Amino acid sequence: MQLASPNRSIRVTLRIALHFLCLIPALYLAWGAVTGDLGINPVETLTHFSGEWALRFLLLCLTITPLNWLLSAPWLVSYRRALGDWAFFYACFHLGVYMLFDAQFDPSYILTDVLKRPYITMGAAGFIMLLPLAITSNQWSQRVLRRNWVRLHKLIYSAAIAVCIHFIWLVKGFQIEPLVYAAILAALLFVRIAQHSRSS
Amino acid sequence: MTLIRTKKRHHLSEADVTDEKLFHQRRAFMKTGVSAASMAAMASYFPTLTRASIDDFADRIAAAETTRTVDEELNSFEEITQYNNFYELGVDKSDPYRNAHLLETDPWSVEVSGECNKPGNFSIDDLLAPHNFEERIYRLRCVEAWSMVIPWTGFSFSKLLQRFEPNSNAKYVAFETLYDRSNLLPGQRTRVLQWPYREGLRMDEAMHPLTMLVTGLYGRPLPNQNGAPIRLAIPWKYGFKSIKSIVKIRFTQTEPETSWNLSQPREYGFYSNVNPNVNHPRWSQASERRIGEFFRRDTLMFNGYEEEVASLYTDMDLTRYY
Repeated sequence: MQLASPNRSIRVTLRIALHFLCLIPALYLAWGAVTGDLGINPVETLTHFSGEWALRFLLLCLTITPLNWLLSAPWLVSYRRALGDWAFFYACFHLGVYMLFDAQFDPSYILTDVLKRPYITMGAAGFIMLLPLAITSNQWSQRVLRRNWVRLHKLIYSAAIAVCIHFIWLVKGFQIEPLVYAAILAALLFVRIAQHSRSS
Repeated sequence: MTLIRTKKRHHLSEADVTDEKLFHQRRAFMKTGVSAASMAAMASYFPTLTRASIDDFADRIAAAETTRTVDEELNSFEEITQYNNFYELGVDKSDPYRNAHLLETDPWSVEVSGECNKPGNFSIDDLLAPHNFEERIYRLRCVEAWSMVIPWTGFSFSKLLQRFEPNSNAKYVAFETLYDRSNLLPGQRTRVLQWPYREGLRMDEAMHPLTMLVTGLYGRPLPNQNGAPIRLAIPWKYGFKSIKSIVKIRFTQTEPETSWNLSQPREYGFYSNVNPNVNHPRWSQASERRIGEFFRRDTLMFNGYEEEVASLYTDMDLTRYY
């Protein structure tokens, strides 16, 4: 199967559309904030909504490469960075809400949380791993770092695993939703392992 | 198709209940006795009227006097009825409100068993009719570190328990929430917890005057999502201890199993007293978010009821018996 590359103007239009689509969850929250319609516990809504979208964009980002293998459409890969950047945007949003409303920028509060609450440890680890990826998410870094850039960006796998565990450890009792995301991630990682062992 | 719909308890909006400011003035009006007298006259016309559901207690719930307040702002009816943890009706905070209609509370009966002289099956009328209702404003602190201030209607649970004449072997009381295998609630079709939901108290905790059997909220019969028709309110313990929609009460000699403790023993102890000094692996218990506020506030020892309940736990290591 091969999905031929559309012409340049269509690709540009697609890119703009993609950015707009990625912005929708943030606009939804902004609209809710303006109209005072963020539910009974607005801080919780902001935290959960932004966190969940960070995870979704992370998983979407990891879908591009297997999709390229499946459809032989290397032009799709040019959209991968946008999805990664948006995942980081929502992760920052998520962390920002925590810093402002939960920790209130109190270093001892943050330290206790990170050290004593395993789900927060995982969330923090996920964010810290995404940080260098976001910083080097540009062509200049790619040129300077060369092969190291590819090596560095393999961190996304560990980051995604940390984020999935963060969600699983957060919920009370036995809940399906975080396990669904973990299963999707497992499938995306499995496809890579299978491809890798086939090509080597 | 029905053309005229009467709103069910759980569908009430904030506009349907009395405004919080008028709420207390109305009590004063009820006390003047004009309407109370006319109600008594009405009742004498229907001497054989039996009350089968808590809706039949609406008048008495509305007339209940406030006997206890806290110097803090009440949470709104909307907040209290649309943000709930009631896993039988779903795990999202808004699920219980959406699924409230699936809980069938009429008819309702409670099975009382175990170490007591007067066990049996009791209808809602049997359980509630002999008691005077009062309104108490309590803080509610969830183990997830959010909290509310709620006007409950009901009476001291001890008054009900005494009627069953617990014997000297009764060291604990175990409770169960509705679990009808032929009509499972949506959450009960999942394995989020081991069903039925189970809770328990030590006898002295159950008999403590603060422990309340709740039948109403904001002067209205209790909405389904808040645990209709009867639930407990134990204000010095994390919210999950205050079991909802009770169908079984059993006096036991040994500590009963409780649902959250079975699910994650390291996180949820049998006692689960609100304690800012005892670390919980997931949520900081040192502070909480009051619903309606953005920033956190400090959590009080025993949720602010320390003076009244600390004596229950003198000689106990609260970091061990968390």
